Amino acid sequence: MRAKLQNFALSLVGAAVLVGLWAFLSSTVAADLPSPLKTWEESKPYIVAPWEKRGEMDQGILRMASYSLLRVGKGFLIAVLVGTPLGFLLGSSQLLARMFDPVIQLLRPISPMAWLPLGLVLFRQSEPAALFTIALCSMWPTVINTMQGVRSVPQDYLNVARVLRLGTWKRFTKVLLPATLPHMFTGYRISLGLAWLVIVASEMLTGTPGIGGFLWQEYNSLIYSHILLCILTIGIVGFCLDRLMGVAEAKLKAA
Amino acid sequence: MALIELKNVSKDYGARRVLAGVNLAIEEGEFVSIVGVSASGKTTLLKLAAGLLEPTSGTVTIDGQCVSEFPRGAAIVFQNYSLLPWLNALANVELAVESAFPDWPASRRRDQAMLYLEKVGLKAALAKRPSQLSGGMRQRVAIARAFAVEPRIIFLDEPFGALDALTRATLQQELAALCQARTPRVTALMITNSVDEAVLLSDRILALGRGPGAALSAAVPVPLSRPRSAKALLQDEQAVKVRARVTEFLVAGSRGPAPHAPRVARPAESAPAEVRP
Repeated sequence: MRAKLQNFALSLVGAAVLVGLWAFLSSTVAADLPSPLKTWEESKPYIVAPWEKRGEMDQGILRMASYSLLRVGKGFLIAVLVGTPLGFLLGSSQLLARMFDPVIQLLRPISPMAWLPLGLVLFRQSEPAALFTIALCSMWPTVINTMQGVRSVPQDYLNVARVLRLGTWKRFTKVLLPATLPHMFTGYRISLGLAWLVIVASEMLTGTPGIGGFLWQEYNSLIYSHILLCILTIGIVGFCLDRLMGVAEAKLKAA
Repeated sequence: MALIELKNVSKDYGARRVLAGVNLAIEEGEFVSIVGVSASGKTTLLKLAAGLLEPTSGTVTIDGQCVSEFPRGAAIVFQNYSLLPWLNALANVELAVESAFPDWPASRRRDQAMLYLEKVGLKAALAKRPSQLSGGMRQRVAIARAFAVEPRIIFLDEPFGALDALTRATLQQELAALCQARTPRVTALMITNSVDEAVLLSDRILALGRGPGAALSAAVPVPLSRPRSAKALLQDEQAVKVRARVTEFLVAGSRGPAPHAPRVARPAESAPAEVRP
Protein backbone atom coordinates (compact mmCIF):
# COMPACT_ATOMS: atom_id res chain seq x y z
CA MET A 1 0.00 0.00 0.00
CA ARG A 2 2.79 2.38 0.98
CA ALA A 3 4.74 1.51 -2.15
CA LYS A 4 1.64 2.05 -4.26
CA LEU A 5 1.07 5.48 -2.76
CA GLN A 6 4.69 6.35 -3.34
CA ASN A 7 4.46 5.24 -6.97
CA PHE A 8 1.36 7.35 -7.46
CA ALA A 9 3.00 10.42 -5.92
CA LEU A 10 6.09 9.93 -8.07
CA SER A 11 4.07 9.64 -11.25
CA LEU A 12 2.30 12.89 -10.34
CA VAL A 13 5.69 14.56 -9.98
CA GLY A 14 6.67 13.21 -13.40
CA ALA A 15 3.51 14.61 -14.96
CA ALA A 16 4.10 17.97 -13.27
CA VAL A 17 7.62 18.14 -14.71
CA LEU A 18 6.24 17.49 -18.19
CA VAL A 19 3.55 20.18 -17.83
CA GLY A 20 6.22 22.58 -16.55
CA LEU A 21 8.38 21.89 -19.58
CA TRP A 22 5.36 22.40 -21.80
CA ALA A 23 4.57 25.76 -20.17
CA PHE A 24 8.20 26.81 -20.46
CA LEU A 25 8.43 25.90 -24.15
CA SER A 26 5.16 27.60 -25.07
CA SER A 27 6.22 30.84 -23.38
CA THR A 28 9.73 30.89 -24.89
CA VAL A 29 10.69 29.18 -28.15
CA ALA A 30 7.44 27.64 -29.44
CA ALA A 31 5.11 30.55 -29.79
CA ASP A 32 2.44 28.57 -31.62
CA LEU A 33 2.24 25.94 -28.89
CA PRO A 34 -0.71 26.80 -26.66
CA SER A 35 0.21 26.98 -22.99
CA PRO A 36 -1.27 24.42 -20.57
CA LEU A 37 -3.59 27.04 -19.18
CA LYS A 38 -4.81 28.15 -22.61
CA THR A 39 -5.29 24.52 -23.61
CA TRP A 40 -7.41 23.90 -20.55
CA GLU A 41 -9.54 26.98 -21.06
CA GLU A 42 -10.25 26.30 -24.70
CA SER A 43 -10.83 22.59 -24.09
CA LYS A 44 -13.09 23.06 -21.12
CA PRO A 45 -16.42 22.90 -23.01
CA TYR A 46 -15.36 19.57 -24.49
CA ILE A 47 -14.31 18.12 -21.16
CA VAL A 48 -17.06 19.34 -18.84
CA ALA A 49 -19.74 18.30 -21.33
CA PRO A 50 -17.99 15.26 -22.78
CA TRP A 51 -21.12 13.76 -24.29
CA GLU A 52 -22.57 16.85 -25.97
CA LYS A 53 -23.25 16.98 -29.69
CA ARG A 54 -23.18 20.48 -31.13
CA GLY A 55 -22.46 19.54 -34.70
CA GLU A 56 -20.98 16.83 -36.91
CA MET A 57 -17.42 17.72 -35.98
CA ASP A 58 -18.12 19.65 -32.78
CA GLN A 59 -18.81 17.11 -30.08
CA GLY A 60 -17.74 16.32 -26.51
CA ILE A 61 -14.41 14.56 -26.19
CA LEU A 62 -15.82 11.31 -24.82
CA ARG A 63 -18.39 11.17 -27.58
CA MET A 64 -15.62 11.60 -30.13
CA ALA A 65 -13.51 8.96 -28.42
CA SER A 66 -16.47 6.60 -28.34
CA TYR A 67 -16.83 6.78 -32.13
CA SER A 68 -13.20 5.85 -32.45
CA LEU A 69 -13.50 3.11 -29.85
CA LEU A 70 -16.45 1.57 -31.63
CA ARG A 71 -14.55 1.59 -34.90
CA VAL A 72 -11.51 0.08 -33.21
CA GLY A 73 -13.70 -2.55 -31.57
CA LYS A 74 -15.12 -3.60 -34.93
CA GLY A 75 -11.74 -3.66 -36.65
CA PHE A 76 -10.15 -5.50 -33.74
CA LEU A 77 -12.96 -8.05 -33.74
CA ILE A 78 -12.35 -8.75 -37.42
CA ALA A 79 -8.63 -9.05 -36.72
CA VAL A 80 -9.24 -11.53 -33.90
CA LEU A 81 -11.81 -13.55 -35.83
CA VAL A 82 -9.51 -13.89 -38.81
CA GLY A 83 -6.19 -13.90 -37.01
CA THR A 84 -6.87 -16.54 -34.35
CA PRO A 85 -7.91 -19.39 -36.69
CA LEU A 86 -5.12 -18.38 -39.05
CA GLY A 87 -2.64 -18.61 -36.19
CA PHE A 88 -3.97 -22.04 -35.21
CA LEU A 89 -3.69 -23.24 -38.78
CA LEU A 90 -0.14 -21.99 -39.22
CA GLY A 91 0.81 -23.30 -35.79
CA SER A 92 -0.39 -26.81 -36.43
CA SER A 93 0.91 -27.23 -39.97
CA GLN A 94 4.60 -26.97 -40.76
CA LEU A 95 3.78 -26.91 -44.46
CA LEU A 96 1.39 -23.96 -44.21
CA ALA A 97 3.75 -22.12 -41.88
CA ARG A 98 6.61 -22.46 -44.33
CA MET A 99 4.32 -21.37 -47.15
CA PHE A 100 2.93 -18.26 -45.49
CA ASP A 101 5.58 -17.14 -43.05
CA PRO A 102 7.51 -15.06 -45.61
CA VAL A 103 4.28 -13.45 -46.81
CA ILE A 104 3.34 -12.46 -43.27
CA GLN A 105 6.77 -11.05 -42.58
CA LEU A 106 6.33 -8.99 -45.73
CA LEU A 107 2.83 -7.73 -44.90
CA ARG A 108 3.54 -6.97 -41.25
CA PRO A 109 5.67 -3.83 -41.60
CA ILE A 110 3.33 -2.10 -44.06
CA SER A 111 2.05 1.18 -42.63
CA PRO A 112 -1.69 1.75 -42.17
CA MET A 113 -1.35 4.81 -44.41
CA ALA A 114 -0.48 2.48 -47.26
CA TRP A 115 -3.47 0.19 -46.77
CA LEU A 116 -6.08 2.91 -46.42
CA PRO A 117 -6.12 4.11 -50.04
CA LEU A 118 -6.40 0.48 -51.15
CA GLY A 119 -9.35 0.07 -48.77
CA LEU A 120 -10.98 3.17 -50.22
CA VAL A 121 -10.49 1.84 -53.74
CA LEU A 122 -11.97 -1.53 -52.75
CA PHE A 123 -14.93 -0.36 -50.65
CA ARG A 124 -15.51 3.16 -51.99
CA GLN A 125 -16.55 4.29 -48.50
CA SER A 126 -14.50 5.55 -45.61
CA GLU A 127 -16.04 3.38 -42.87
CA PRO A 128 -15.35 -0.07 -44.33
CA ALA A 129 -12.00 1.20 -45.58
CA ALA A 130 -11.06 2.18 -42.02
CA LEU A 131 -12.13 -1.22 -40.66
CA PHE A 132 -10.20 -2.95 -43.42
CA THR A 133 -7.09 -0.99 -42.50
CA ILE A 134 -7.42 -1.57 -38.76
CA ALA A 135 -8.03 -5.29 -39.18
CA LEU A 136 -5.20 -5.76 -41.62
CA CYS A 137 -2.68 -3.86 -39.53
CA SER A 138 -3.56 -5.21 -36.12
CA MET A 139 -4.02 -8.84 -37.13
CA TRP A 140 -0.37 -9.91 -37.23
CA PRO A 141 0.50 -9.99 -33.54
CA THR A 142 -2.57 -12.20 -32.99
CA VAL A 143 -1.56 -14.51 -35.83
CA ILE A 144 2.05 -14.76 -34.77
CA ASN A 145 1.43 -15.19 -31.04
CA THR A 146 -1.29 -17.79 -31.58
CA MET A 147 1.02 -19.64 -33.95
CA GLN A 148 3.84 -19.59 -31.40
CA GLY A 149 1.42 -20.66 -28.69
CA VAL A 150 0.24 -23.69 -30.64
CA ARG A 151 3.82 -24.66 -31.44
CA SER A 152 4.91 -24.40 -27.83
CA VAL A 153 2.16 -26.57 -26.31
CA PRO A 154 4.14 -28.89 -24.01
CA GLN A 155 4.58 -32.41 -25.35
CA ASP A 156 3.19 -33.74 -22.05
CA TYR A 157 -0.24 -32.31 -22.78
CA LEU A 158 -0.21 -33.64 -26.32
CA ASN A 159 0.72 -37.04 -24.90
CA VAL A 160 -2.29 -36.86 -22.59
CA ALA A 161 -4.49 -36.25 -25.62
CA ARG A 162 -2.91 -39.26 -27.30
CA VAL A 163 -3.22 -41.73 -24.44
CA LEU A 164 -6.76 -40.66 -23.60
CA ARG A 165 -7.49 -41.15 -27.30
CA LEU A 166 -9.26 -37.80 -27.51
CA GLY A 167 -11.00 -37.01 -30.78
CA THR A 168 -9.99 -34.00 -32.85
CA TRP A 169 -12.61 -31.70 -31.35
CA LYS A 170 -11.99 -32.75 -27.73
CA ARG A 171 -8.25 -32.49 -28.31
CA PHE A 172 -8.75 -28.96 -29.53
CA THR A 173 -11.13 -27.74 -26.82
CA LYS A 174 -9.62 -29.56 -23.84
CA VAL A 175 -5.92 -29.44 -24.62
CA LEU A 176 -4.81 -27.23 -27.50
CA LEU A 177 -7.03 -24.21 -26.85
CA PRO A 178 -6.47 -23.89 -23.07
CA ALA A 179 -2.73 -24.40 -23.52
CA THR A 180 -2.58 -21.68 -26.17
CA LEU A 181 -4.93 -19.19 -24.50
CA PRO A 182 -2.29 -17.16 -22.62
CA HIS A 183 -0.28 -16.69 -25.82
CA MET A 184 -3.42 -15.73 -27.71
CA PHE A 185 -4.20 -13.04 -25.19
CA THR A 186 -0.72 -11.59 -25.41
CA GLY A 187 -1.37 -11.31 -29.14
CA TYR A 188 -4.77 -9.71 -28.56
CA ARG A 189 -3.25 -7.14 -26.26
CA ILE A 190 -0.65 -6.06 -28.80
CA SER A 191 -3.23 -6.14 -31.57
CA LEU A 192 -5.60 -3.87 -29.70
CA GLY A 193 -2.80 -1.41 -29.05
CA LEU A 194 -1.96 -1.39 -32.74
CA ALA A 195 -5.61 -0.96 -33.70
CA TRP A 196 -5.79 2.14 -31.53
CA LEU A 197 -2.69 3.52 -33.24
CA VAL A 198 -4.18 2.88 -36.65
CA ILE A 199 -7.57 4.46 -35.93
CA VAL A 200 -6.16 7.93 -35.49
CA ALA A 201 -4.32 7.83 -38.77
CA SER A 202 -7.24 6.39 -40.68
CA GLU A 203 -9.70 8.96 -39.29
CA MET A 204 -7.33 11.77 -40.15
CA LEU A 205 -7.17 10.62 -43.74
CA THR A 206 -10.88 9.94 -44.15
CA GLY A 207 -12.14 12.85 -42.05
CA THR A 208 -14.76 10.78 -40.26
CA PRO A 209 -16.00 11.91 -36.84
CA GLY A 210 -13.86 10.45 -34.11
CA ILE A 211 -10.87 11.47 -32.09
CA GLY A 212 -8.49 11.43 -35.08
CA GLY A 213 -10.94 13.21 -37.36
CA PHE A 214 -11.50 15.87 -34.74
CA LEU A 215 -7.77 16.36 -34.31
CA TRP A 216 -7.26 16.89 -38.01
CA GLN A 217 -10.19 19.27 -38.30
CA GLU A 218 -8.99 21.43 -35.43
CA TYR A 219 -5.57 21.58 -37.05
CA ASN A 220 -7.21 22.88 -40.20
CA SER A 221 -9.27 25.36 -38.14
CA LEU A 222 -6.07 26.56 -36.44
CA ILE A 223 -7.36 25.69 -32.94
CA TYR A 224 -4.10 24.20 -31.77
CA SER A 225 -5.11 23.70 -28.14
CA HIS A 226 -7.61 21.07 -29.29
CA ILE A 227 -4.80 19.14 -30.92
CA LEU A 228 -3.23 18.80 -27.51
CA LEU A 229 -6.58 17.82 -26.03
CA CYS A 230 -6.89 15.05 -28.61
CA ILE A 231 -3.34 13.84 -28.07
CA LEU A 232 -3.92 13.57 -24.33
CA THR A 233 -7.22 11.76 -24.85
CA ILE A 234 -5.67 9.30 -27.28
CA GLY A 235 -2.95 8.55 -24.75
CA ILE A 236 -5.35 8.05 -21.86
CA VAL A 237 -7.72 5.83 -23.81
CA GLY A 238 -4.85 3.75 -25.17
CA PHE A 239 -3.46 3.35 -21.68
CA CYS A 240 -6.83 2.21 -20.33
CA LEU A 241 -7.27 -0.31 -23.15
CA ASP A 242 -3.85 -1.80 -22.50
CA ARG A 243 -4.51 -2.02 -18.78
CA LEU A 244 -7.84 -3.77 -19.36
CA MET A 245 -6.22 -6.36 -21.61
CA GLY A 246 -3.37 -6.69 -19.13
CA VAL A 247 -5.80 -7.54 -16.35
CA ALA A 248 -7.56 -10.11 -18.54
CA GLU A 249 -4.21 -11.61 -19.50
CA ALA A 250 -3.03 -11.84 -15.90
CA LYS A 251 -6.29 -13.54 -14.90
CA LEU A 252 -5.79 -16.13 -17.61
CA LYS A 253 -2.20 -16.80 -16.69
CA ALA A 254 -3.05 -17.22 -13.03
CA ALA A 255 -5.76 -19.74 -13.83
CA MET B 1 -0.66 -66.30 -26.78
CA ALA B 2 0.84 -63.48 -24.75
CA LEU B 3 -1.20 -60.30 -24.46
CA ILE B 4 1.69 -57.93 -25.13
CA GLU B 5 4.54 -59.15 -27.28
CA LEU B 6 7.74 -57.41 -28.40
CA LYS B 7 9.65 -59.41 -30.98
CA ASN B 8 13.24 -58.51 -31.75
CA VAL B 9 12.51 -54.82 -31.29
CA SER B 10 15.24 -52.26 -31.91
CA LYS B 11 15.04 -48.51 -31.72
CA ASP B 12 17.43 -45.91 -33.13
CA TYR B 13 17.40 -42.20 -32.47
CA GLY B 14 19.25 -40.96 -35.52
CA ALA B 15 22.49 -42.91 -35.62
CA ARG B 16 22.29 -43.91 -31.97
CA ARG B 17 20.87 -47.35 -31.22
CA VAL B 18 19.02 -47.17 -27.93
CA LEU B 19 17.51 -50.62 -27.80
CA ALA B 20 18.78 -53.71 -29.60
CA GLY B 21 16.83 -56.89 -30.22
CA VAL B 22 14.44 -56.74 -27.31
CA ASN B 23 12.11 -59.70 -26.82
CA LEU B 24 9.38 -59.54 -24.23
CA ALA B 25 6.09 -61.34 -23.75
CA ILE B 26 3.56 -60.41 -21.10
CA GLU B 27 0.64 -62.67 -20.29
CA GLU B 28 -2.83 -61.43 -19.44
CA GLY B 29 -3.05 -60.48 -15.76
CA GLU B 30 0.70 -60.38 -15.24
CA PHE B 31 2.60 -57.54 -13.56
CA VAL B 32 5.98 -57.19 -15.23
CA SER B 33 8.65 -54.69 -14.23
CA ILE B 34 11.64 -53.50 -16.20
CA VAL B 35 14.42 -52.29 -13.95
CA GLY B 36 17.23 -50.22 -15.38
CA VAL B 37 19.66 -47.48 -14.52
CA SER B 38 19.13 -43.96 -15.83
CA ALA B 39 19.44 -43.43 -19.57
CA SER B 40 19.25 -47.13 -20.33
CA GLY B 41 16.27 -46.72 -22.64
CA LYS B 42 13.60 -47.89 -20.18
CA THR B 43 11.13 -45.21 -21.12
CA THR B 44 11.78 -45.83 -24.80
CA LEU B 45 10.94 -49.48 -24.25
CA LEU B 46 7.68 -48.60 -22.52
CA LYS B 47 6.72 -46.11 -25.21
CA LEU B 48 7.35 -48.75 -27.86
CA ALA B 49 5.12 -51.24 -26.02
CA ALA B 50 2.42 -48.57 -25.62
CA GLY B 51 2.45 -47.57 -29.27
CA LEU B 52 3.71 -44.06 -28.53
CA LEU B 53 6.90 -44.73 -30.49
CA GLU B 54 7.47 -46.82 -33.57
CA PRO B 55 10.25 -49.41 -33.49
CA THR B 56 13.04 -49.08 -36.02
CA SER B 57 12.82 -52.83 -36.55
CA GLY B 58 10.90 -55.69 -35.02
CA THR B 59 7.23 -55.85 -34.09
CA VAL B 60 5.07 -54.93 -31.13
CA THR B 61 1.72 -56.70 -30.86
CA ILE B 62 -1.14 -56.56 -28.40
CA ASP B 63 -3.68 -59.38 -28.71
CA GLY B 64 -1.84 -60.38 -31.87
CA GLN B 65 -2.57 -56.98 -33.46
CA CYS B 66 0.29 -54.76 -34.52
CA VAL B 67 0.38 -51.65 -32.32
CA SER B 68 0.41 -48.33 -34.16
CA GLU B 69 -1.23 -46.00 -31.67
CA PHE B 70 -1.98 -46.02 -27.96
CA PRO B 71 -4.21 -49.09 -27.60
CA ARG B 72 -7.87 -48.96 -26.66
CA GLY B 73 -8.52 -50.28 -23.18
CA ALA B 74 -5.09 -49.25 -21.94
CA ALA B 75 -3.98 -46.52 -19.56
CA ILE B 76 -0.65 -45.02 -18.64
CA VAL B 77 0.81 -43.23 -15.63
CA PHE B 78 3.68 -40.88 -16.45
CA GLN B 79 6.47 -39.96 -14.08
CA ASN B 80 5.68 -36.25 -14.34
CA TYR B 81 1.95 -36.76 -13.65
CA SER B 82 0.92 -35.08 -16.95
CA LEU B 83 -2.30 -33.66 -15.59
CA LEU B 84 -3.97 -30.82 -17.46
CA PRO B 85 -3.37 -27.75 -15.28
CA TRP B 86 -6.54 -25.94 -16.37
CA LEU B 87 -8.79 -28.76 -15.14
CA ASN B 88 -9.40 -29.66 -11.52
CA ALA B 89 -8.75 -33.16 -10.20
CA LEU B 90 -12.26 -34.36 -10.91
CA ALA B 91 -12.34 -32.90 -14.43
CA ASN B 92 -8.97 -34.48 -15.23
CA VAL B 93 -10.32 -37.92 -14.36
CA GLU B 94 -13.71 -37.24 -15.94
CA LEU B 95 -12.08 -36.39 -19.25
CA ALA B 96 -10.47 -39.84 -19.33
CA VAL B 97 -13.72 -41.57 -18.34
CA GLU B 98 -15.64 -39.62 -20.96
CA SER B 99 -13.21 -40.64 -23.63
CA ALA B 100 -13.26 -44.30 -22.58
CA PHE B 101 -17.03 -44.63 -22.08
CA PRO B 102 -18.64 -42.17 -24.49
CA ASP B 103 -22.02 -43.92 -24.17
CA TRP B 104 -22.34 -43.41 -20.43
CA PRO B 105 -24.55 -40.59 -19.18
CA ALA B 106 -22.67 -37.67 -17.64
CA SER B 107 -23.80 -38.51 -14.11
CA ARG B 108 -22.40 -42.03 -14.33
CA ARG B 109 -19.10 -40.74 -15.67
CA ARG B 110 -18.88 -38.32 -12.78
CA ASP B 111 -19.65 -41.07 -10.27
CA GLN B 112 -16.97 -43.25 -11.78
CA ALA B 113 -14.38 -40.45 -11.61
CA MET B 114 -15.33 -39.68 -8.02
CA LEU B 115 -15.19 -43.34 -7.03
CA TYR B 116 -11.61 -43.71 -8.19
CA LEU B 117 -10.51 -40.42 -6.69
CA GLU B 118 -11.96 -41.62 -3.40
CA LYS B 119 -10.06 -44.90 -3.76
CA VAL B 120 -6.79 -42.97 -3.79
CA GLY B 121 -7.90 -40.83 -0.86
CA LEU B 122 -8.63 -37.59 -2.69
CA LYS B 123 -12.27 -37.16 -1.79
CA ALA B 124 -11.54 -33.77 -0.26
CA ALA B 125 -9.50 -32.48 -3.19
CA LEU B 126 -11.91 -33.03 -6.09
CA ALA B 127 -12.17 -29.35 -6.95
CA LYS B 128 -8.48 -28.57 -6.61
CA ARG B 129 -6.34 -27.73 -9.61
CA PRO B 130 -3.07 -29.67 -10.02
CA SER B 131 -1.08 -26.57 -9.04
CA GLN B 132 -2.83 -26.63 -5.66
CA LEU B 133 -1.84 -30.26 -5.01
CA SER B 134 1.38 -31.78 -3.73
CA GLY B 135 3.43 -34.09 -5.93
CA GLY B 136 2.06 -37.16 -4.21
CA MET B 137 -1.52 -35.98 -4.61
CA ARG B 138 -0.96 -35.17 -8.26
CA GLN B 139 0.32 -38.66 -8.87
CA ARG B 140 -2.75 -40.01 -7.04
CA VAL B 141 -4.94 -38.10 -9.48
CA ALA B 142 -2.93 -39.57 -12.34
CA ILE B 143 -3.37 -43.08 -10.91
CA ALA B 144 -7.10 -42.50 -10.44
CA ARG B 145 -7.30 -41.25 -14.03
CA ALA B 146 -5.60 -44.42 -15.24
CA PHE B 147 -7.71 -46.88 -13.26
CA ALA B 148 -11.02 -45.05 -13.73
CA VAL B 149 -11.16 -46.16 -17.36
CA GLU B 150 -11.08 -49.79 -16.12
CA PRO B 151 -8.13 -50.64 -18.34
CA ARG B 152 -7.09 -54.12 -19.38
CA ILE B 153 -3.50 -52.96 -19.61
CA ILE B 154 -1.75 -50.36 -17.54
CA PHE B 155 1.63 -48.87 -18.40
CA LEU B 156 3.58 -47.28 -15.56
CA ASP B 157 6.53 -45.08 -16.49
CA GLU B 158 8.53 -44.64 -13.28
CA PRO B 159 5.28 -43.70 -11.60
CA PHE B 160 6.83 -42.82 -8.25
CA GLY B 161 10.19 -41.56 -9.44
CA ALA B 162 9.54 -37.94 -8.53
CA LEU B 163 8.20 -38.60 -5.04
CA ASP B 164 9.77 -38.71 -1.60
CA ALA B 165 10.38 -42.11 0.00
CA LEU B 166 7.44 -42.03 2.38
CA THR B 167 4.86 -40.95 -0.22
CA ARG B 168 6.36 -43.47 -2.56
CA ALA B 169 5.81 -46.33 -0.11
CA THR B 170 2.18 -45.36 0.47
CA LEU B 171 1.42 -45.03 -3.20
CA GLN B 172 3.05 -48.36 -3.98
CA GLN B 173 0.62 -50.04 -1.59
CA GLU B 174 -2.33 -48.19 -3.11
CA LEU B 175 -1.24 -49.21 -6.58
CA ALA B 176 -0.85 -52.85 -5.50
CA ALA B 177 -4.35 -52.78 -4.03
CA LEU B 178 -5.85 -51.28 -7.19
CA CYS B 179 -4.14 -53.91 -9.34
CA GLN B 180 -5.39 -56.73 -7.11
CA ALA B 181 -8.90 -55.41 -6.80
CA ARG B 182 -10.03 -56.30 -10.28
CA THR B 183 -10.97 -59.62 -11.75
CA PRO B 184 -9.60 -60.42 -14.19
CA ARG B 185 -6.46 -58.77 -12.96
CA VAL B 186 -5.09 -55.85 -14.88
CA THR B 187 -2.01 -56.52 -16.97
CA ALA B 188 0.77 -54.13 -16.01
CA LEU B 189 4.12 -53.13 -17.44
CA MET B 190 6.11 -50.95 -15.08
CA ILE B 191 9.38 -49.12 -15.63
CA THR B 192 11.35 -48.34 -12.51
CA ASN B 193 14.86 -47.75 -11.25
CA SER B 194 14.09 -49.27 -7.87
CA VAL B 195 14.64 -52.99 -7.44
CA ASP B 196 12.66 -52.95 -4.19
CA GLU B 197 9.69 -51.39 -5.89
CA ALA B 198 9.82 -54.01 -8.62
CA VAL B 199 10.02 -56.86 -6.07
CA LEU B 200 7.09 -55.46 -4.14
CA LEU B 201 4.76 -55.17 -7.12
CA SER B 202 5.79 -57.61 -9.84
CA ASP B 203 5.25 -61.18 -10.92
CA ARG B 204 8.36 -61.03 -13.08
CA ILE B 205 11.27 -58.62 -13.27
CA LEU B 206 13.63 -57.97 -16.17
CA ALA B 207 16.74 -55.85 -16.07
CA LEU B 208 17.69 -53.53 -18.90
CA GLY B 209 21.41 -53.04 -19.50
CA ARG B 210 22.96 -49.66 -19.94
CA GLY B 211 22.51 -48.11 -23.37
CA PRO B 212 23.29 -47.38 -26.08
CA GLY B 213 22.06 -50.57 -27.62
CA ALA B 214 20.61 -51.93 -24.41
CA ALA B 215 19.23 -55.45 -24.27
CA LEU B 216 16.92 -57.12 -21.77
CA SER B 217 18.10 -59.67 -19.26
CA ALA B 218 16.33 -62.94 -18.65
CA ALA B 219 13.21 -62.66 -16.53
CA VAL B 220 13.45 -63.19 -12.81
CA PRO B 221 10.20 -64.58 -11.42
CA VAL B 222 8.99 -63.27 -8.08
CA PRO B 223 7.38 -66.24 -6.33
CA LEU B 224 5.93 -64.32 -3.40
CA SER B 225 2.35 -64.39 -2.22
CA ARG B 226 0.19 -61.26 -2.16
CA PRO B 227 -0.50 -58.93 -0.52
CA ARG B 228 3.13 -58.11 0.11
CA SER B 229 4.50 -55.65 2.58
CA ALA B 230 7.68 -53.74 1.94
CA LYS B 231 8.80 -54.34 5.49
CA ALA B 232 8.32 -58.11 5.38
CA LEU B 233 10.11 -58.29 2.03
CA LEU B 234 13.25 -56.89 3.58
CA GLN B 235 13.81 -60.13 5.47
CA ASP B 236 11.97 -62.62 3.27
CA GLU B 237 14.44 -65.17 1.96
CA GLN B 238 12.84 -65.43 -1.48
CA ALA B 239 12.68 -61.68 -1.84
CA VAL B 240 16.32 -61.32 -0.92
CA LYS B 241 17.24 -63.89 -3.59
CA VAL B 242 15.17 -62.16 -6.23
CA ARG B 243 16.66 -58.81 -5.36
CA ALA B 244 20.18 -60.23 -5.55
CA ARG B 245 19.57 -61.75 -8.97
CA VAL B 246 18.07 -58.61 -10.43
CA THR B 247 20.87 -56.49 -9.03
CA GLU B 248 23.40 -58.90 -10.49
CA PHE B 249 21.82 -58.56 -13.93
CA LEU B 250 21.81 -54.80 -13.56
CA VAL B 251 25.47 -54.63 -12.65
CA ALA B 252 26.47 -57.07 -15.38
CA GLY B 253 24.36 -55.19 -17.91
CA SER B 254 25.83 -51.82 -17.08
CA ARG B 255 29.42 -53.08 -17.43
CA GLY B 256 29.33 -54.69 -20.83
CA PRO B 257 30.98 -52.66 -23.59
CA ALA B 258 29.72 -54.50 -26.67
CA PRO B 259 26.16 -53.38 -27.36
CA HIS B 260 25.11 -56.47 -29.24
CA ALA B 261 26.67 -59.07 -26.98
CA PRO B 262 24.03 -61.12 -25.21
CA ARG B 263 24.92 -60.02 -21.72
CA VAL B 264 22.24 -62.15 -20.24
CA ALA B 265 23.73 -65.44 -21.31
CA ARG B 266 24.75 -66.84 -17.97
CA PRO B 267 23.67 -70.44 -18.23
CA ALA B 268 25.44 -71.40 -15.04
CA GLU B 269 22.85 -69.62 -12.94
CA SER B 270 20.98 -71.98 -10.66
CA ALA B 271 17.56 -70.41 -10.88
CA PRO B 272 15.76 -71.19 -14.10
CA ALA B 273 16.00 -68.15 -16.30
CA GLU B 274 12.50 -68.04 -17.53
CA VAL B 275 12.61 -66.66 -21.04
CA ARG B 276 9.33 -66.78 -22.82
CA PRO B 277 9.24 -66.98 -26.55
